[in-house]
Amino acid sequence: MGFFDLTFEPDRDFRLLLMALFLPLVGYVIQISVGRFLPRKGDWLLTTGMGLAMIITVRGLFQAISAVSAGEEFFHNSKDAGIGFSWLYSSGVGDGVQNVVAGVLYDPLGAALFAVVGVVSFLVHLFSTGYMKGDRRYHIFFANISLFTFAMLGLVLSDNLLFLFIFWELMGLMSYLLIGHFSHDPDSHRINHAARACKKAFLTTRVGDVCLFIGMMMFYNEFGTFDFKGLWEATTNAVAANGGEWPAWMTVAGLFVFGGTVGKSAQFPLHIWLPDAMEGPTPVSAMIHAATMVAAGVFLLGRTFPMLSPDVLGVVTAVGATTAIFAATIGMTVFDIKGVLAYSTISQLGFMVAAIGCGGIGLVAGLFHMVTHACFKACLFLCAGSVIHGCHHEQDMRNMGGLKAKMRTTYKTWLVGTLALTALVPIAGWWSKDEILGATRITNMVWGSEILLALGVLVAGMTAFYMWRATYMTFGGEHRGEGEPHESPKVMTIPLQVLAVFSIFIGFVGIPDGTFGSAKTNWFEGWLHHWHLKGTPGAEMVWPLAIIATAVAFAGFFVARGMYRGSDGKDPLPEKLGGVWKLWNNLYYIDAFYLFLVKRVQQGIAKACWFFERWILIQGVINNLSQAVRVTGDRLRRVQTGRLGGYVTSFMLGAAIVALLVLLQVGLLSGGQASAGGK
Amino acid sequence: MNPLLLCLIAPAAATLAIFFVDAKEKKTIRVIATVATGVSLAMAILMFIGFGDYSYEHAATAAEFTANAGEADEHVYKYGIATDWVEELGLSFRLGVDGMGLAMVLLTSLIIFAGVMVSYTIQSRVKEYYICLLALVTGVFGVFASLDLFFYYFFYELAVIPMFLLIGIWGSTTKTVDQYYATMKLVLLLSAGAVMALIGLIAVYGDAGTFDMVRIEEHGFSSGFQMLWFPVIFLGFAALVPMWPLHSWSPAGHASAPAAVSMLHAGVLMKLGAFGILRIACLYFPEAAAVYLPYVGILCCFNIVYGGLVAVSQRDMKLIIGYSSSSHMGYVLLGVASASLIGIEGAVFLMFAHGVMTALTFALIGWFYDQTHTRMLDDLGGMMKVMPFCGTLFIIASMASAGLPGFANFVSELMVIIGAWSSRDILWYGIPAVFAVWGLVITGVYLLRAVKDAWFGDLPERWKNLRDQRTLAEKAPYLILTGVLLLFGFWPQPMLDVVHQGAKPLVVRLDEGRATHEAARTAREGGTKAVQLPAGGAQGTALADTALAGTALADTDSTSEGSR
Repeated sequence: MGFFDLTFEPDRDFRLLLMALFLPLVGYVIQISVGRFLPRKGDWLLTTGMGLAMIITVRGLFQAISAVSAGEEFFHNSKDAGIGFSWLYSSGVGDGVQNVVAGVLYDPLGAALFAVVGVVSFLVHLFSTGYMKGDRRYHIFFANISLFTFAMLGLVLSDNLLFLFIFWELMGLMSYLLIGHFSHDPDSHRINHAARACKKAFLTTRVGDVCLFIGMMMFYNEFGTFDFKGLWEATTNAVAANGGEWPAWMTVAGLFVFGGTVGKSAQFPLHIWLPDAMEGPTPVSAMIHAATMVAAGVFLLGRTFPMLSPDVLGVVTAVGATTAIFAATIGMTVFDIKGVLAYSTISQLGFMVAAIGCGGIGLVAGLFHMVTHACFKACLFLCAGSVIHGCHHEQDMRNMGGLKAKMRTTYKTWLVGTLALTALVPIAGWWSKDEILGATRITNMVWGSEILLALGVLVAGMTAFYMWRATYMTFGGEHRGEGEPHESPKVMTIPLQVLAVFSIFIGFVGIPDGTFGSAKTNWFEGWLHHWHLKGTPGAEMVWPLAIIATAVAFAGFFVARGMYRGSDGKDPLPEKLGGVWKLWNNLYYIDAFYLFLVKRVQQGIAKACWFFERWILIQGVINNLSQAVRVTGDRLRRVQTGRLGGYVTSFMLGAAIVALLVLLQVGLLSGGQASAGGK
Repeated sequence: MNPLLLCLIAPAAATLAIFFVDAKEKKTIRVIATVATGVSLAMAILMFIGFGDYSYEHAATAAEFTANAGEADEHVYKYGIATDWVEELGLSFRLGVDGMGLAMVLLTSLIIFAGVMVSYTIQSRVKEYYICLLALVTGVFGVFASLDLFFYYFFYELAVIPMFLLIGIWGSTTKTVDQYYATMKLVLLLSAGAVMALIGLIAVYGDAGTFDMVRIEEHGFSSGFQMLWFPVIFLGFAALVPMWPLHSWSPAGHASAPAAVSMLHAGVLMKLGAFGILRIACLYFPEAAAVYLPYVGILCCFNIVYGGLVAVSQRDMKLIIGYSSSSHMGYVLLGVASASLIGIEGAVFLMFAHGVMTALTFALIGWFYDQTHTRMLDDLGGMMKVMPFCGTLFIIASMASAGLPGFANFVSELMVIIGAWSSRDILWYGIPAVFAVWGLVITGVYLLRAVKDAWFGDLPERWKNLRDQRTLAEKAPYLILTGVLLLFGFWPQPMLDVVHQGAKPLVVRLDEGRATHEAARTAREGGTKAVQLPAGGAQGTALADTALAGTALADTDSTSEGSR
């Protein structure tokens, strides 16, 4: 059976991959054109299509695993097999060739994320058939979420930076449309919030996109290619040619590329869009926070990692660490159940980015955390969706409580997700987080690994605190809200259970080698080592670190337990923290500051330009010029009085002047001659 | 029959035909106009498909590609036709297009076809309206297709005059723009630009002694002549582009014109200027171009950033798009200024893409303005609920304008920016390129705000009964334009192939011009060195220098004395 044959055959398998990629696109086109006439508005069609795509993505994952376990190189570029799409070509003058051929790059990193996207997206589709029931724009929602998936799948498969950027931007557009799903739905009470949020998300990430664009141009201009493989090789050569030193321009270009990650993966200071992005329907939040948008930024770092100079990596670590602690502190003060998860995502992304900045095993750890995080964060978000659905669209945790008894399945799956996120032995988050902490040893940042390590452990404690705080406020105690909460239908709880299972077991693919004797247990790292990390040391289990981090996480749990167990909806934290609470709860006033920048500074500059345009250019120059012409014309017109006497007078005057001139001319000449003659 | 000629004659014939139709027969008039522009469009598409014979073969790999590139840079005009007109003056009626011209002809025919359909909503003076509109478009076709300087200018003026009537009679006055003021400003500034260009064209005729544009192309102008007349012709056309700071006619003109005229105006008329710059200024004066174009690269930053920022401060939707157009023409200018193949191809492609995109936007604004009679963002809101089709397309057009992949605008802006960047001249082109990239964020700011304020949010009570495009006939023009944007966004190569045919010879000339200019400069500098070197030794040189300077001074003195 060809399908179950796990050796990679380019001819067959690239076609399969492309099929998985284009299924959602085809679904989108069908759905957008005839979706509303189909039975059940076409949700079954897209969900089935996505299911097929998921099967292919998972098969690809097993191919990768089997190849790597057998010790083979797993790195496939479809162009080598002659599969490519010549998208754009035109010869530049002198500067080589602009020739963009799109192809598929399939390697372990791609395979891992491809499968994650496939699985999460399918489950989100399934969940949405329950969650979005009765929505005014139900069929549009499904179409959009399918295209969103298409964009992410395409991004993962792209073998060149330009196509990655194209899908990257397409994802920006889709997030705009999906976050703004309620932006013109009169049934929604947050219509204006949604309209603002989608604009904010698009523009904030766009700042990052533009940075990426500039970085891409700089690399292209120097190396003359967009292909990852070509870029990696060219980088190696350029560094070698420069005597092992990284050229300065590469640091600049690398920083610009990282700017793209800062925008898409919501790193400080462009993190502000992600919390607002919850204005979209909850399944969309699950997609954005787990499989698509934010993962794309981290994935970009993975793809461009060989092109980032040590200086860039230092900045990457610094930004990531700042984001991690900064978002965790805010996360402790939020009351919106999705808000807690949103800040938790930012914080965890900070973790990943900081780890990648450490290089080597840090990269592996960061990408591994991205995969595990995708599983449990999708689980948590869908749980939050289930809770919101069950509580009749209540999002404030102060009005929840007591859901433990009412929503058994949701409660259990949420618990699994929380345990995974707060890194309890031995489920997903524990392995990846400890690998990240272990990786901090090798950072090349000036202020050393100790601070980084301390920050990491601190954030682990905070994470445990805010997650358990949310758990107790939502599920513990008595129900405080209005109406009777109810458990969600099966179609919604099954995806939760599937994701919960993943959250438990996904961590086992990345157990550091040597944890259990001499067994080779780190498959995940094994893949990446085949990729471009040959020669770097592997991750190892640093037991003291792991124990300390786990202990701190437990401390966070106990603190939260003490404060919120049997919570009555009142939060004791504000009193205890005082002014700090205010700072955190107001998001460090960063949003306010940006609002000031946009409303005052940007608007001020725009107004100044308009003032210049209106009063100096138009009024001052152009209107005055025309006024001058008119006035001159007016003055001259007075000559044309229409009275014959006047004309005769002026005619005579003119004739007299002419005569005088002639006489003078002649007179002067003759006078001159006369004087000459007189001499 | 020659398809190019048919393309030009169809609207001209329709103009005449409508003269003889009773003014009450609105339907007949509309049918005539639609059929005529439909014929033009069909011919343009035929020419586009049959253009063929590219100067390079499609290549799968970069290496193969390099092998093919760089051949056949002869400038060939296709679909040519020529008839003598006034033999004594050497005037003849010549038509023909190269790749760039064809791209523009296709753009014009697309927009006018959509524009005629969009104009079905016009109810007053239908007969006169269509006469003006078709005369205008005849002029535009003529400019893009003419190969004779006289007719080039004739058609150019033919395009400007109906504009005056169209805005003056069918335009709209709002509290932001007065239509009569806008009309006067538009026509006066356009005419000023045209006259300036005319002076230059007369000088060209004087030097070359022929109106035949193909022969002028082969006539080598002396570098002194080029340096003198390039700026004149360039500025004349730049007023039409419009280049900052000559742009103020255009947003006001857009804002007060009726929908179809705004479409043509922003979609095509502005491109006449850029086309003139490429076809006449750059092609005839390549040496001067090497000197002056870098300054254009700096000026277009103002277009992009300043135009964008002014758009940010606007509340009238048409003014937003108007300033946005002038901002985006900055990208075209940047591509031209880069004088590289990819930059110029990108510029021409962007002219096409921006034309289609902005025409779509103006058509959509026209659709709801007919019903709301306001375009102020503060009065609008939530219209997506009542007109989802219109709103969706507006978002699509905004995204295209903001340079989102999948639309032709992205490809062309990418090429322009690569073109500017690859010149490796950070000061003259690198910084403008960075500005250009940031211009895309500014575009996002004003367009998304317009989308949010007009289409999202709460729907005011008084707009509850707005009508969306319902029938296919109503949707058709909008769908055509959107389809074209998407088609060339996903599959840009056919258009680039065609553009390449015209851009390649131009760039070869520009390169030669630059080389000549550089050689002349080195020769000048080298010449001074050559004088110094034989003197030998530092001291000797210094002495020789003083001596030379002394002689020069003495020379000057003597000449000046002599002249006295």
